[in-house]
Amino acid sequence: MTQSAPAAAQSDAAPEKELRPPSYWPFVVPALVVVLTIIIFPWVFTIWMSLNEWKVGSPTTFVGLSNYLRLTSDPRFLEAVGHTMVYTVLSVLLPLILGTLAAVVFHQKFAGRGFLRGIFIMPMMATPVAIALVWTMMFHPQLGILNYLLSLVGIPAQLWVFHPATVIPSLVLVETWQWTPLVMLIVLGGLAAIPTEPYESAQIDGASFWQVFRFITLPLIMPFLFIAAMIRMIDAVKSFDIIFAITQGGPGSASETINIYLYSVAFTYYDLGYGSAIAVVFFLLIVLLAAVMLYARQRMLWTEISSGA
Amino acid sequence: MNPSQTNLRQINLRQVMGRIGLWLSVFVIVSPAILFFLWMASLSLKFEVDNAAYPPVFFPERIAWKNYADVLASNRFLTYFVNSLIVTGSATALALLVGVPAGYGIARMAAHKSAIVILIARITPGLSYLIPLFLLFQWLGLLGTLVPQIIIHLVVTVPIVIWIMIGYFETTPMELEEAALIDGATRWQVFRHVALPIAKPGIAVAFILAVIFSWNNFVFGIVLAGRETRTLPVAVYNMISFDQLSWGPLAAAALIVTLPVLLLTVFAQRQIVAGLTAGAVKGG
Repeated sequence: MTQSAPAAAQSDAAPEKELRPPSYWPFVVPALVVVLTIIIFPWVFTIWMSLNEWKVGSPTTFVGLSNYLRLTSDPRFLEAVGHTMVYTVLSVLLPLILGTLAAVVFHQKFAGRGFLRGIFIMPMMATPVAIALVWTMMFHPQLGILNYLLSLVGIPAQLWVFHPATVIPSLVLVETWQWTPLVMLIVLGGLAAIPTEPYESAQIDGASFWQVFRFITLPLIMPFLFIAAMIRMIDAVKSFDIIFAITQGGPGSASETINIYLYSVAFTYYDLGYGSAIAVVFFLLIVLLAAVMLYARQRMLWTEISSGA
Repeated sequence: MNPSQTNLRQINLRQVMGRIGLWLSVFVIVSPAILFFLWMASLSLKFEVDNAAYPPVFFPERIAWKNYADVLASNRFLTYFVNSLIVTGSATALALLVGVPAGYGIARMAAHKSAIVILIARITPGLSYLIPLFLLFQWLGLLGTLVPQIIIHLVVTVPIVIWIMIGYFETTPMELEEAALIDGATRWQVFRHVALPIAKPGIAVAFILAVIFSWNNFVFGIVLAGRETRTLPVAVYNMISFDQLSWGPLAAAALIVTLPVLLLTVFAQRQIVAGLTAGAVKGG
């Protein structure tokens, strides 16, 4: 969504400059004030706080980078980074695969498609806390519906979010259920943009459904899959509502992600300086992950081109 | 039977099989969403005896409308509902007020680089805003009122509105606006009487998404809301820790909280899909 922006700006800014004097500024000023107050100011202030020993109720002192140094030897933070990574990788891959399959199906024409699409996207629009509440009941080891469903197919009862080994996969299940629709919508947009010619010639050549998907559809929707993966990554790393409402990072600290730990530090221990340092590192981590994904995508494009030639 | 006839029958059979396969896949894909919400409704309509039964009861013999009556009758719930209305309503109205003109200005100036701020807002975890703004509100003495929540919900609503409106104004034709300018209209008049009426569908999309993501927001409330200023998601969360085992009323409360959003999703799915695929924005 941003890749195309600079190119578009260059192409139409030049010839239409005399036609559009910069007198549109008054339209932007009120929003600019709001954005400065609620987005830019908090960021600047967060960076400043992260350089201070800043606890609610006690005087603040400038401590330089020591909050950041503390992070490198904080086992709970390092553990949280690990949890976040596992959670994110799973919460990107599963919705990506299932969402693509769903998009291929929703790309077909059938009666009631619009209505069913509306039903399908309900999980991601529904209030996360309300959803989390019902999932908690479904995860209940004795009375939960999930263990009953497992018993029908002969699988022993699980502890789901109540056991350290299964808590993250269980939360990923909720996240996948919730966000597969977003991937579906983005990929569906991609499918709609594909020309029909390649399919027609493939049909004449007698290609199988799988061959068509693998060699025509998949390469053509790659850019959309990439955007979906990027958005999913950003949201999964930041995931808060579902984890907080279902486990609060537990049992113990088995599902404590960076965001949950950040909440504890800032609003349970009121250690705002240290919390700010976590917020800054957290943001940089997301930017870094996005950069790695962009780099990997670039590499992939180059190998595709060189192998094609 | 000649060969062309068998061929025709095969094609027909293939089409029928394909049709059945398609409906089967649609059913498999949609059922997790449908079954979840049906189970949610079932939980909310059962007495404790049925909710604690094993194997689970899907259709109870007696329906517990009482669960809903209890939730709605508690006067706190009404307070929280009004709080949610005020916070979401104000945050959305303010966002439209500043965001629609801003989207127009940015689109007409082709100032695409300004979108980076929106992108930063999109990437930033919601908690990062909370720490400095929490201090600011404390310093201003605003904690304990709804004002801090209205202001911080702008973090969610303003980027959504600006992002969608930039995209929308970029697709609306310039010819009419240029003609109006040549006729001597001011830029404000052009915006007010030419651009704005055309942009109504875009504003509807921005409005719907801003309302949903503000209504659903949870993280800002748990930090900023006091006993009297809770919004519905926070109130429901507090109910969990309160009575862990009375599932009926809990599920009823959860359903009441999310019902407006679910109805909006089904009735305005076209707008929601357009908005989400255009910007792929989400708040928080």
